[in-house]
Amino acid sequence: MATAEESAAAVDMTGYIQHHLHHWQVSVGDSAFMTLNIDTLIFTVFCCAAFLGLFVFFARRATAGVPGKLQSVVEAVVLFVDGLVKETFHGKSKAIAPMSLTLFGLIFFMNFLDLIPVDFLPWAWGGAHSLAGHDPAHAYLRIVPTADLNTPLGMALAVFFMVQYVGLREKGVGKFFGEFFTAPFHAHGALGKVLLSPANLLLRLIEEAVRPVSLSLRLFGNMYAGELIFILIAVMTLGASLAHGSTWALGVGQFIADFGWTAFHILIITLQAFIFMVLSIVYLSMAAESH
Amino acid sequence: MNPNLTLVVQGLAFFAVVWLVMKFGWPHIIAAIEERQNRIAEGLSQADKARKELADADARVAEEIKKARAEATSIVDKAQQQAAQIVDKARQDAIVEATKQKAIAAADIEAQAHKAREELRGKVAALAVAGAEKILRREIDANAHKTLLDQLVTEI
Repeated sequence: MATAEESAAAVDMTGYIQHHLHHWQVSVGDSAFMTLNIDTLIFTVFCCAAFLGLFVFFARRATAGVPGKLQSVVEAVVLFVDGLVKETFHGKSKAIAPMSLTLFGLIFFMNFLDLIPVDFLPWAWGGAHSLAGHDPAHAYLRIVPTADLNTPLGMALAVFFMVQYVGLREKGVGKFFGEFFTAPFHAHGALGKVLLSPANLLLRLIEEAVRPVSLSLRLFGNMYAGELIFILIAVMTLGASLAHGSTWALGVGQFIADFGWTAFHILIITLQAFIFMVLSIVYLSMAAESH
Repeated sequence: MNPNLTLVVQGLAFFAVVWLVMKFGWPHIIAAIEERQNRIAEGLSQADKARKELADADARVAEEIKKARAEATSIVDKAQQQAAQIVDKARQDAIVEATKQKAIAAADIEAQAHKAREELRGKVAALAVAGAEKILRREIDANAHKTLLDQLVTEI
């Protein structure tokens, strides 16, 4: 009897976690790839609007006179990113600094959604579903776009294409493709060059392929793990009754754990946004510099 | 968890946001910051200039005051000298005048005395003549003996 109850609770717990990690998806084609994660897209639009709204609003109102408090904050971030880009990137492109700022700002805003209590929006969404007469068990909602692999990967691929574009623009077609075969191993004789070119090409291809993967997986992994830990903390009092004394003890434990992890997570979301931006700047700088 | 079409949309959305930021955000903020930096630099250099000008003006004022003081002292000195000179001259003039007046008075007195003496002499001579006349009324003819009588008057 007791074992059956325990296993039921375990199933419940697994179901809860799986439900939380399920995207609200719409299929737009035949293959598995032709699927859109609607929740990710909605919250991406929301984050883009918030970021653009804040930034463009202050840009439009930016005065050379005495700045207000929020304008000072925006300017401090802009100057910080601008300084970082100027220090590292020596190419001609004017898009790198705005792109870096967008990376940092957008990823920060997206990561920030992770700090909203993990059950809050899914619970509201489930409530809306049952009000509309649907089964709340099918109301899936994951609100953190960066905890969906698609977002970090999409951004990392955007950075990848930008790196190739900057490389082509700064070096020209001949030099850009020439470097595929002549760097990083340099040879002096013609024979040496020919012998080394396959190794150079291989290394270059691996390097280019690994960058978007490492860039996206780093961010995705951190955010996914963060979200999972919030879910696990929430599981502490899952389906518990207030009649039991242990529920109260677990509730206190849950509060402390949630508070601690949220506080720590503020650091992580900022750091991950920053790392994504800095690595992108580094990749773009390397593309602009001759080997 | 598997990547799907969403990643394409996310990549394109990212590019769109970058483009919007590049077009409508970044240049405005950088322009505002740079303009403020220029204004601050200008203000600082102007403050420096003003400070230097103030120091210059202070130095000039101090010099002017010194000059004015020296001039005033010299004017007072000169005035004192002049006053002393005037007093001196007045004294000299007074002495000269006094001497002159004294001389005039002395001459006057001399003249008066001379005149008085002459008169007295004349009167004595007349008296003598009158006396002699009285004594010698008959014998002496005034006209005949005029020369003698005049000689007598001079001798007296």
